[in-house]
Amino acid sequence: MDKHTAQEVTAFHLNGQVVEVAGDPGERLSQALRERLGAKDVKIGCNAGDCGACTVLVDGAPVCACLMPVQQAAGARVETLAGLVKADPHAKALVDSFQAHQAAQCGICTPGMMVSAVALLRDVNSPDTLQVQDALGGVLCRCTGYRKIIDAVMDAGAARPLPAAVSGDVGTSLQRLDGLPKVTGTEAFGDDVAPAGALVLRVIRAPHAHAAFTLGDLDAYRTAHPGIVCILTAADIPGLNAFGVIPGFIDQPVFAVDHIRFRGEAVAAIVADAITMAQLDLEAFPVTWEPRPAVMEVADALADSAPQLHDGRAGNIMCGGHVSCGDADAALARAAHSVTGRFTTAFVEHGYIEPEAGFAEMEGDRVVIHACTQAPVMDLEALMPILALPRERIRIVPTAVGGGFGSKIDVSLQPFIALAAIKTGRAVRMTYERVETMQSTTKRHPAQITMQIGADREGRICGMTFDGDFNTGAYASWGPTVANRVPVHASGPYRVADYRASSRAVHTHCVPAGAFRGFGVPQSAIAQESLFDELADKLGMDALDFRLLNALDNNIPTVCGQVFAQGVGIKPCLEALRPAWGKAKADCAAFNAKNSTHKRGVGLAAGWYGCGNTSMPNPSTIRAGLRADGTVVLHQGAMDIGQGSNTVIPQIFASALGVPVRQIALIGPDTDLTPDAGKTSASRQTFVTGNAARLAGEALRAAILSQVNASAEATITLDNGTVTVTDGAQVFPLDLTRFTSNPQGYLLEVNETYDPPTKPLDANGQGAPYAQYGYAAHLVVVEVDLALGRVRPLHFTAAHDVGQAINPLLGEGQVHGGIAQGMGMALMEEYIPHRMENLHDYLIPTIGDVPPIDTLIIEVPDAHGPYGAKGLGEHVLIPTAPAILNAIKHATGARITQVPATPARVRAALKEAGHA
Amino acid sequence: MGYLMPASLPEALSALDQGNATLIAGGTDWFPAQGSRPLTGNLIDITRIPNLRGISRIPNLRGISRIPDLRGISRDTTATNGQGWRIGGATTWTDVIRADLPPAFDGLKAAAREVGSVQIQNTGTLAGNLCNASPAADGVPPLLTLGAVVELSSTTGTRLMPLGDFLQGPRKTARLPGEMLTALLIPDLPEAAQGAFLKLGARQYLVISIAMVAALVTVDQGRISQAAIAVGSCSATAQRLPALEADLTGCRVDEVRVAGPALITPAHLAPLSPIADVRGSADYRMEAAATLIARVVDMALGQGERING
Repeated sequence: MDKHTAQEVTAFHLNGQVVEVAGDPGERLSQALRERLGAKDVKIGCNAGDCGACTVLVDGAPVCACLMPVQQAAGARVETLAGLVKADPHAKALVDSFQAHQAAQCGICTPGMMVSAVALLRDVNSPDTLQVQDALGGVLCRCTGYRKIIDAVMDAGAARPLPAAVSGDVGTSLQRLDGLPKVTGTEAFGDDVAPAGALVLRVIRAPHAHAAFTLGDLDAYRTAHPGIVCILTAADIPGLNAFGVIPGFIDQPVFAVDHIRFRGEAVAAIVADAITMAQLDLEAFPVTWEPRPAVMEVADALADSAPQLHDGRAGNIMCGGHVSCGDADAALARAAHSVTGRFTTAFVEHGYIEPEAGFAEMEGDRVVIHACTQAPVMDLEALMPILALPRERIRIVPTAVGGGFGSKIDVSLQPFIALAAIKTGRAVRMTYERVETMQSTTKRHPAQITMQIGADREGRICGMTFDGDFNTGAYASWGPTVANRVPVHASGPYRVADYRASSRAVHTHCVPAGAFRGFGVPQSAIAQESLFDELADKLGMDALDFRLLNALDNNIPTVCGQVFAQGVGIKPCLEALRPAWGKAKADCAAFNAKNSTHKRGVGLAAGWYGCGNTSMPNPSTIRAGLRADGTVVLHQGAMDIGQGSNTVIPQIFASALGVPVRQIALIGPDTDLTPDAGKTSASRQTFVTGNAARLAGEALRAAILSQVNASAEATITLDNGTVTVTDGAQVFPLDLTRFTSNPQGYLLEVNETYDPPTKPLDANGQGAPYAQYGYAAHLVVVEVDLALGRVRPLHFTAAHDVGQAINPLLGEGQVHGGIAQGMGMALMEEYIPHRMENLHDYLIPTIGDVPPIDTLIIEVPDAHGPYGAKGLGEHVLIPTAPAILNAIKHATGARITQVPATPARVRAALKEAGHA
Repeated sequence: MGYLMPASLPEALSALDQGNATLIAGGTDWFPAQGSRPLTGNLIDITRIPNLRGISRIPNLRGISRIPDLRGISRDTTATNGQGWRIGGATTWTDVIRADLPPAFDGLKAAAREVGSVQIQNTGTLAGNLCNASPAADGVPPLLTLGAVVELSSTTGTRLMPLGDFLQGPRKTARLPGEMLTALLIPDLPEAAQGAFLKLGARQYLVISIAMVAALVTVDQGRISQAAIAVGSCSATAQRLPALEADLTGCRVDEVRVAGPALITPAHLAPLSPIADVRGSADYRMEAAATLIARVVDMALGQGERING
């Protein structure tokens, strides 16, 4: 018998080379491939076979490398993406096809997708959609909505010609400038960058929702485990033991001191070498828990007898938001018709496939953090008080980000690894386990909403009231932002003269709820758009006509009293759905006439979203320069978390400068090298950083042209180290030798900042919260299995007013991905604290769930946007869930008021609606 | 602590007999359960044991005839010729999908395609699915309808046991320390026997079922001559429904297909005791089970008709 102990070697073929590896007994193949053989193209998302990111081929068959002991691979042929793209013709075709279709967004699932696709294409020449879905069904993607992946695999299989290359100017579907590493396995995410030999950090977390605790004899524990380099607790924090994102709400301890408020809260960290850590049983860590009564639901937290989570937040109410105009009660009293509803939504997990990961190390007396993040400068500013270090002694070097969707705006592992690097003087790495990311990182707020909407006889909205309680969990995070944003948006993109909306963020002993694509607006849209259909029904009006009648327009005040003279694009979005609306209604009627067990319905919903911070400064700065070697360099600090700012921002800059985007050299993001472009959130990067890039491009252009006194229409040509300005018939070569470089190495340097013009909100929420809104309207056809309550969306039509599509294909990618997340929220996603700590109990849509999507790009330019562009990322999932609920109602007569609309809930509603 | 790769069954059983060891094959349940905790005992990898993987014919099932309780499976010796199938203890779901098997196995094949994903099917084994003993194990309902018998081997010998007895509760089986599930034995069914399977989950792929049903029916001259129905995820272990099976036997196919769910009474579902969990309420599960039963019986009858008609 072969007995493999730690010292023994397993030999197999890795991408055609014989390799030998001395893995621990039962070590995961994924671990051995990554950490012992350097195959970092094998990504780890869950270590449980739930996400498929680690898919490799073993003797030709796709398997999850996280579920195979390395010893089992003995003698086998193991192929990974990085090897396949060098040798396999199918993989090479997929590289081109994935880029052409922008089938990779963040790129973390891409190796799993492509490796699975290679196995399929080896078996099946020209697979159909179902074959692709079956073959790729084991790999989760949270960004793309899967349809572009299906297209990419089918096109690679059929060897269809790919679209021709485009100029890259604003308005063209340039391939991602950072696309190639994502499809060849070389992209470096948070877990891919630590130096060999880095120490490993793991966090001790609370197993209870609410408890007091005492740490035991840490010295004895350390002595018993000699490989432990240090143990960190609250006592090791040189500065403030707290982090948060909003001034006045910095309330979450890095390490709890003697009392925890949610399951998953950190109390200590262990730093050890990797070998010691692999053998360490964290359950034996000396800590004694005294569980205390916990409140998990808003109603319990509001009770008089409820334990109070934070001093100064009486009744567990953290904060609230309020907007009112006109007289909502009087209007409702005189309304011809009114509808009231109560709606409930769940915690939703971001479900990015890349867990939080990174490493920190010292460079002299500076600490440098390499980690995935959506907000490098905010990370730095959060660390300054914790570490008690000035700005210049901290550097944030973001890695590629394998999805964020809001949760990676907050710090997670950064304080731990920074403290450990400072304390040990060595490089220290950490990767959250899936259970940690599920337990401890922020979620979408569950909401309980009561809403009443009235209309006059003609169908015009006549009074609207909204009350929403949001379960904000144990700490503030972005809860105040959600509380503020919701009342501003809860009217939807409609003319509502008499309006009152209030929200409250309520503390519970749940994981903190924070930022998640839409900041509370998807929740409020479920209530408002559902009730719009109910009201249209009461009025006997067509749901589309009813929305158009009430839609906002230029020169009509919003509920905040803000009047836009231009750029209001909701009506064109709704009008764009009209052909699909008529056809879908007819198709559903024809289907339903013939089928009794399944019914089809079509639903509509609209949405709007203000781009950027609410009534707060929100600047972005872009730096650019011309080097002595003739290179134009763009310092781009906007985090690309898959949405495409690494491509869009250079496109805008290059268009403004007037040179091809591929000639621009890109730097960043890195807090040492790029100015602050703000956080990637609030759909602000294309709008705000895009404007800074436009200004920078224009400024550099003006600086170059002024050197030769050329006119504004002149052309700048960069060629092989030379810069030439052509003005009509005149050609001016720029003599770069007569310039002197500045200390940064630039002959000409520009720094341009854009801050969207907003005005504060008064006590009634009146003011100018955003410089621009983006608008959206969705239509979906669903099929409902009446006996089982299972709902399947069959087709989406999504109209989005983006002002000006900087890169239409990237825009389409945002639409697809947002719809997939909206579908998940509507139909399956419900994070139940303590019970959903993996990706098989918590379900996100798979490649088999997302139906075809028609994207209709609407361009109503906005005067503030770069080239007229508006934000898009968050807008997408706002209408998706209510459109689905409205379609279920249309199909069956049953109104669902609680999401997710799981089969059990839908079936219960069907019975209530009179179905057998 | 070590990783053992026995080259023969006796070696594996002898290593297992030493104690402090866990068997591993596909690892698809073992790794998620282990998480990041360090290994404390030996791992015995059974994937290199000759003849443990694969599906083969067995000439006689004398062993099975000695089992007292076959849980209602009628063994018409004229139809079953005393032979059967052997599914080795290291056989993967993909092996089942690719095997050339009679229509009685269509339900098992359909279940195999619903186990996790292609990645899981390529390494996960039927035996592991049974030993893991999840109430939602996809393989159990179809194997119950097939009258599967588990073969448990140890250094002291081999014993056979109906699958329904082997599964004792969530994560609990009759497997003793020192025993390995070395095979599933499935007696031949009539040529006309048709299997079918339906799984209800909240999404496509990679989903734990809310409820699932397997059916196996044999039709003779327009009437059901034999029926086996098993329901998973609706009780601590998947259950056969003997009362329903008895009531279906002898019924005319066209009548059953027309009647649909109306044929199913609460008494038929008495063996089920669903719990409420994150995937669905108890009431919903009960009702969904009835719906799925009607549909899967209809499917099996429809497929049987197509094949035989």
